[in-house]
Amino acid sequence: MAFLNSMPSAVTQGIIWGIMAIGVYLTFKILDVADLTVDGSFATGGAVLVVMVTSGQNLYLAMFCAFLAGCLAGLATGIFHTKFGIPAILAGILTQLSLYSINLRIQSDMANIPLSYMKYKYPITLRNITPSMIICAVIAVCLIAILYWFFGTELGHSLRVTGSNQSMARANGINTDTNKIIGIVLSNGIVALSGGILSQYQGFCDVNMGRGAIVIGLAAVIIGDVIFGKIFQNFALKLLATVFGGVIYYIVITVVLNLGMKANDLKLFSALVVAVFLAIPYWRAKIRQRFHKPQNANVSQEKKEAAENA
Amino acid sequence: MLEVKGLYKTFNAGSVNEKKALNGVDLTLNNGDFVTVIGGNGAGKSTLLNMIAGVYPVDSGSISIDGTDVTKLSEHKRAKYLGRVFQDPMMGTAADMWLEENLAVANRRGKFRGFGWSISSGERKQFKEMLAKLDLGLENRLTTKVGLLSGGQRQAVTLLMAVMNNPKLLLLDEHTAALDPKTAANVLALSDRFIEEGNLTALMVTHNMRDAIAHGNRLIMMNEGRIILDVRGEDKKKLTVEELLEEFAKLSGSEFANDRALLAN
Repeated sequence: MAFLNSMPSAVTQGIIWGIMAIGVYLTFKILDVADLTVDGSFATGGAVLVVMVTSGQNLYLAMFCAFLAGCLAGLATGIFHTKFGIPAILAGILTQLSLYSINLRIQSDMANIPLSYMKYKYPITLRNITPSMIICAVIAVCLIAILYWFFGTELGHSLRVTGSNQSMARANGINTDTNKIIGIVLSNGIVALSGGILSQYQGFCDVNMGRGAIVIGLAAVIIGDVIFGKIFQNFALKLLATVFGGVIYYIVITVVLNLGMKANDLKLFSALVVAVFLAIPYWRAKIRQRFHKPQNANVSQEKKEAAENA
Repeated sequence: MLEVKGLYKTFNAGSVNEKKALNGVDLTLNNGDFVTVIGGNGAGKSTLLNMIAGVYPVDSGSISIDGTDVTKLSEHKRAKYLGRVFQDPMMGTAADMWLEENLAVANRRGKFRGFGWSISSGERKQFKEMLAKLDLGLENRLTTKVGLLSGGQRQAVTLLMAVMNNPKLLLLDEHTAALDPKTAANVLALSDRFIEEGNLTALMVTHNMRDAIAHGNRLIMMNEGRIILDVRGEDKKKLTVEELLEEFAKLSGSEFANDRALLAN
């Protein structure tokens, strides 16, 4: 019974982290870059939102500013990566580390700041789970719609080309550096926005709330891809699959917690889940190689697989 | 159309791997010139093309295309003057994007990319007609991922993309080397046709001496980062592979060493 009672909250959290995972999708899937900035920018979003709301600012303005703050964090990583020539993973780690200090500054050196529901009456909260779930779902759908439009434009297209084939992109006049920066900026903006949403939902922000966010984001992206990849071909549906991935992840987490797993073991569990799901496409290919002698039909099948996974 | 002056390029300067790739190259291409480039291993053929395309910065020298000095322009900014086809068929197209999306990307080469739709319905019609010209049945596969096409098909598509909107200069970098002989011949015939139809200026690196003689109106031979032979017009038409090999031995003082060229001839 406790399990069923905790389901709505699991779904809501899943959607919130699913929104974050859309940000991760942009870098990991579209730009083909693993951007670790998100562990920091997620907390930045929460910090900006809570600090602004508690100092009397409008909630929606605060959400927008959380998005912008994430964009700035992404800009730093983008510049580290493209203009400083630092590998993307390391560039993200550098920004993430520096964001820890910056987030503490935003929070006036407090590790966490409560956001009183009684005082501010914000819409997304643990206290009203069902309406919160609907609002989060609406935000996710709106975001997907905007991104669907964006990636249908010439600029969005050039981002996809940059992630797919840089030589071809440059040969066709696309500035790959600029496009990478745009992608990382946008991604971290979305991540910070979801950090802002989560801090409302849980009623506080915390400098450590983003720890492991990249792993959860990747989990959502990969679970969504492995489970829905075959049937969801359209770009908007792929983003939706990512949100579903986040929801499935949180349902699984809630189940294992109810089965008696210690909350402190969650991060270990998350990392292992991601490792296994990352390995599935690799193992699949290996098994196929072992059991089928290489034939032309097979080669084309593998190419197809590779193209789909790419 | 193309003017290369005193071009030098050394890779890994000052290290044990130092490689003088270009050693003072001067080359002027007139409008409509179709120049084939041959040379031994490491002669600098591909480096020359890559330098023109802006893949690497020059050590010294200058490059101008159609009167514009592009020496300092980055690769993507030069792209508006150029159409490029690479040796690796995987390199010229984006595998996980649709055929029509790839063509649309090429159709916007050199243009500002903003918030307009990435493909218009008019373009789709135009792409169909263009693909029909390739005679590979691709005109009905606009929404196929390019990664599902064969190497030859991909190279033909890359060629089509490269000649879109008539570039000032077409750079073909051993673009048939990775294809089987029959497909290579098809792609080469297509290249000839596009160059003729668009009256394009082209620079084609090839490992096949026969192809180098049979195609284009001018042939240059490179060795150790320099152009050592430049044959045009009637003289070029009369060339034979044997003469070329002899000429090479005479000019360079060594045997012509290009693994693929020797295998191919």
